[in-house]
Amino acid sequence: MLEVRELHAWYDESHALHGVGLDVGKGEVVTLVGRNGAGKSTTLKSIVGIIRKKRGSIRLHDEPIERQPSHRIARMGVAFVPEERGIYAGLSVMENLTLPPVVGASAWPLERIFALFPRLRERARSPGTTLSGGEQQMLAIARALRTGPSLLLLDEPTEGLAPSIVKAIRDLILEIKRDGITVLLVSQNVRFAAKVSDRHYLMVNGRIVESLANAQVIDREHELLEYLGV
Amino acid sequence: MGAGYLALQIFNGLVSGAYFALLSLGLAIIFGMMRIVNFAHGAMYMLGAFGAYLAAKYLGLPFWWALVLAPVAVGLLGALFERTLIRRLMPLDPLYNLLLTFGLALVIEDFMKLFFGTQGTPYAMPAGLSGVIDLGITVYPIYRLAVIAISTLVCLAVWFAIEKTPLGAKIRAATENPQLTEAFGIDVSRLTTFVFAFGVGLAGLAGVLAAPTTNVTPVMGSDIIITTFAVVVIGGMGSIKGSIFTGFIVGIIAALGAVLYPPIANTLIFLLMAAVLIVRPTGLFGAPEGQR
Repeated sequence: MLEVRELHAWYDESHALHGVGLDVGKGEVVTLVGRNGAGKSTTLKSIVGIIRKKRGSIRLHDEPIERQPSHRIARMGVAFVPEERGIYAGLSVMENLTLPPVVGASAWPLERIFALFPRLRERARSPGTTLSGGEQQMLAIARALRTGPSLLLLDEPTEGLAPSIVKAIRDLILEIKRDGITVLLVSQNVRFAAKVSDRHYLMVNGRIVESLANAQVIDREHELLEYLGV
Repeated sequence: MGAGYLALQIFNGLVSGAYFALLSLGLAIIFGMMRIVNFAHGAMYMLGAFGAYLAAKYLGLPFWWALVLAPVAVGLLGALFERTLIRRLMPLDPLYNLLLTFGLALVIEDFMKLFFGTQGTPYAMPAGLSGVIDLGITVYPIYRLAVIAISTLVCLAVWFAIEKTPLGAKIRAATENPQLTEAFGIDVSRLTTFVFAFGVGLAGLAGVLAAPTTNVTPVMGSDIIITTFAVVVIGGMGSIKGSIFTGFIVGIIAALGAVLYPPIANTLIFLLMAAVLIVRPTGLFGAPEGQR
């Protein structure tokens, strides 16, 4: 469903992606692993259209999207959970949750979200950034699921969070996967990624150097952890 | 000074405050979303007044129609400026748009002078609102009370729309992080045009309201805009609440100051601005950049 070919991207003048190519099939959970600065987040931001200075091809459901403005890409069913979570201080929890328009049939109704995250209902009227880090991450993922995406882009969803919350996010991703939503995940947490993903791409210096099956990642966990320096 | 005279001055202050509040509210929502200081705002106010005048003269439209149609026309003109000119300079330093809007103000003002000179023309008091009313403490023109009421209602409605509605949430989100808001499926570029048009539309509305109480002249915008910028600085750049509240307060202070010590009348607001800048550089209601 997602096909990226020869993707180059630039941050201002710095050339961040050097010909990335990857495929994500419908219903798959695929992880990008790599060191800081390898271009993982840049890849997600290029797909969702936040980075405009780019070359190459990105196809979603067989349609080219690399020239589309960001809001159209979102309306085609791509939901983005950024690394810094993107919770607005000037919006209440409820306003944060309901900001993006619903775009797909698989949209989670608010009742399902609140059943899973009762805290979001309790704090619905508080400013979004008064939530704890873990709660903000839940809000960011819930906000994406409410739109009913066909492709979910998750950037470092477990970074800096307590083990119990990491486990909750793992269960959530497995639930999303059962719903048939395709997920492209960025994570340095190899152990976490291996529990939720079907496949992995290893990124080095703005390129994808290796495609790994999940079993390979589990076998080579120590080697990968050492390489990533985490 | 008797209580009746004092009350009269306070009402006069509220009337000029009504114009300041509408003007600075428009500036505030434009600055909040686009980070540009719209120097053409005074010209838009003037065009609103001329809109009412021309609509009455050539189309026979009464005041109430002008009150709705002239701001819409001014808003559409604003949308045209935003789409064709301002937008192109948005990626550059905000100073470029400051210069552009300043230039637009000069062009619009001189263009109007070509046709209407600088003398100005009166605009008839709307039927039904002429005359005075006895408020007990003082008698006061009905129309001016209507100006205070309309401005207050519009300001409160705009505040409500921005703080409490889904459209307002989109505007606040785009103000805080435009790129991400766009990635959440919201057409920020269209929203920006709308916000700019709406902001200058408020200036147009202030112009229509001012038309019956002042001479309609091409220079009326540049006369009021300098004080309005002082109001915006005192209230805090981009603060919605601040611009409304400060608009009315500054109107009252200026009116009272002018009576208590006439020589200071023209400088009082700027002294106030200097004092606020010393104590609270971000304005009474403003948050420091980065904490919005």
